[in-house]
Amino acid sequence: MSKHLSGSEIVCEALLNEGVSVVFGIPGGAILPLYGVLSKYSDLRHILCRHEQGAAHAADGYARSTGTVGVAFATSGPGATNLVTGLATAMMDSVPMVAITGQVGRAAIGTDAFQEADITGATMPITKHNYLVMRADDLGATIHEAFHIARTGRPGPVLIDIPKDVFMEMGDYDPDAPIDLPGYKVPGKADEAQVELAAKLINESERPVILAGHGIVLSRSYDELRELAEKAQIPVVTTLLGISSFPEDHVLSTGFPGMHGMAYASLAIDQADLIINFGSRFDDRIVGDAQRFSTGSKKIHVDIDPAEINKSIHVEAPVVGNIKDVFAQLLPQVKKNTHFEWRQHVEHLKAEHPSLRIPESDHLMGQHVVKALSDVTKGDAIITTGVGQHQMWAAQHYQFKNANSWLSSGGAGTMGYEVPSAIGAQVGNPDKLVWSICGDGGFQMTMMELATAAENNLPVKYAILNNNHLGMITQWQTFFYDGDYQAETYTRNPDFVKLAEAYGIKGIRVRTQDELEAAIKEANTHDGPVVVDFVIEKVDDLYPMIPVGQSVQELIEDPN
Amino acid sequence: MPDSTSTGKNGTYQRTISALVHDKPGVLARIASLFRRRGFNIASLAVGRSEKSGMSRMTFVVEGPDEVVRHVAAQLDRLIDVVEVHDITEQNIVWRELALIKVAAPATSRGEVLELTNVYRANVIDIGVESLTLEISGGRQKIDSLIELLKKFGLLEVIRTGRVATLRGTLIEGEDDGLFQAEASASTYILPTPTSGSGSV
Repeated sequence: MSKHLSGSEIVCEALLNEGVSVVFGIPGGAILPLYGVLSKYSDLRHILCRHEQGAAHAADGYARSTGTVGVAFATSGPGATNLVTGLATAMMDSVPMVAITGQVGRAAIGTDAFQEADITGATMPITKHNYLVMRADDLGATIHEAFHIARTGRPGPVLIDIPKDVFMEMGDYDPDAPIDLPGYKVPGKADEAQVELAAKLINESERPVILAGHGIVLSRSYDELRELAEKAQIPVVTTLLGISSFPEDHVLSTGFPGMHGMAYASLAIDQADLIINFGSRFDDRIVGDAQRFSTGSKKIHVDIDPAEINKSIHVEAPVVGNIKDVFAQLLPQVKKNTHFEWRQHVEHLKAEHPSLRIPESDHLMGQHVVKALSDVTKGDAIITTGVGQHQMWAAQHYQFKNANSWLSSGGAGTMGYEVPSAIGAQVGNPDKLVWSICGDGGFQMTMMELATAAENNLPVKYAILNNNHLGMITQWQTFFYDGDYQAETYTRNPDFVKLAEAYGIKGIRVRTQDELEAAIKEANTHDGPVVVDFVIEKVDDLYPMIPVGQSVQELIEDPN
Repeated sequence: MPDSTSTGKNGTYQRTISALVHDKPGVLARIASLFRRRGFNIASLAVGRSEKSGMSRMTFVVEGPDEVVRHVAAQLDRLIDVVEVHDITEQNIVWRELALIKVAAPATSRGEVLELTNVYRANVIDIGVESLTLEISGGRQKIDSLIELLKKFGLLEVIRTGRVATLRGTLIEGEDDGLFQAEASASTYILPTPTSGSGSV
């Protein structure tokens, strides 16, 4: 039944009807009418962030960790443009989000009014879709459409831009109006012939490898993945974003491949005769030189997005569909197998190329910190990271016990993602332990959100792997710029313990390996947010490494 | 190689895409943004209302390396405002382009221009004292050919549309390889491509 409400009320009611309970945002002039009705909707919890980028990443972390749509609010102009990095991050990693931005009044649009920015124009390439809503009557239907688009098919962020006077206009809202999106297709089951061909290739293969991508996480197909791997005894390599989709202590778990992945994972892919890709887009950090990528293998690519098929790697067997549905079709057709010789060979690769040796050093290294975090938390924490060396150490050395407990900016590679995304993850998972593994560079890009954690007493634990360096930059300048170091050192980092204390947060400093366990335990048991400043070795290169655009033949293992 | 997939400069290929899209503000910008971002080059574009209310039909001819332009249709289909999209390059299609050509035609050469107009089945749509304006529709090569021949009279203005294309209502018998024999239908119109300034019909 249709209701007659203000635009602001329609937004709130439509959000509640979509099951939204938390919103991350910051008010401003153009969106104030929406904030003006929030007090009437107490079921909508608003978390006030300190920067709109933080609000976007928090919504992203909430969305990834709960599997629901994350929501962010921002005002017009700079408020909206501050969301851009967060939207791009979510777009690259297929994260379902809805961003609602205020816009200047309808009459002022296009006049370069105060705090006006063409945010629908600006975000066109970094959203799955966006809207500028010019009538309150259209608001309800648009919001429901936006959520449908954000969460179905290949998920992604959707932005809804709403002029200030549309929030204030009265309009009709019918919560039960059907969504009318001709041409928007949500793939479900795959074509049976495609599945049959895939099953045939799997049954005929002698050296198969499963490449488990983010699609396994997004479709929540952990059990099906495990069933397939065990039924035909196929080694499982996860992508960076596929990490935690397959138990890491499982005998078939074969690490993650690519630029800084385990050598044995890259070698297994290189030597396979069949790659079964579930929901990975053959990213360039995995593929390297496409001409030399696993040339001896046939490829099956299961993906919900037909545009990913043959985009970077030619595949013999494309399967377009929802991965969960495809597993249901595929599993009965796959025959039991042992792949005994191949599995022995993969075990041999693991032994020959351990890849994850932790350097013998009296100093504190990033790897020591992650290993200790993994041991003390027993792999049970939700981990967030930004991008850089800390991210790769976390990916390499944390032994994930739970599915979907790894939140990292994979595609966009966003420094600073780690701080606010942990806030979103903690809000969505109040009873879980959330550790944000940060670099000192990325941490300083979004550290203002410590105030958000403190204000809401969100017990996020921040581990800063602090080497006063942009570590990955330093490493690249060593490898590719003849050691010509430029702009890689932070000579005046703040005292992170005092900084934490300035926010009213517990701060701990750790300088030696001996202090690790006690400090992590202290952080875990503290009822509130904690910042642990791990002062690690200045320069430590990250291995293994496959240089950009190269292949496994150029893989550099730890020379030490 | 059929006309519709002809190889362009530097090993680039052309593909013809037909799309049914929502007729609302911003749709063309979304499509243009996608083309720019993915590095697809639009050789021609024609947009107009379709037979369905609230929908426009767009016909694109895109240029680029083969492996890139083959993804155009798949990428377009991801846009929410694109309702239907077909890469009809290798299908059984008919297509037309249209050109308006204003050519110098004083009394001394007018007869020759009109003769060409008849041979090419073009129409005279405006007559001035010193010029004629011709309308011609057909395949690209037919139009190219007429323009080439009119050059010696003095071209005053040439205005060309993008290509519009549609699937044929019937299949040509015996074409079991799925490849559209563009030459077969286009040959009705295609004239020998002029090699120098003037060509013979």
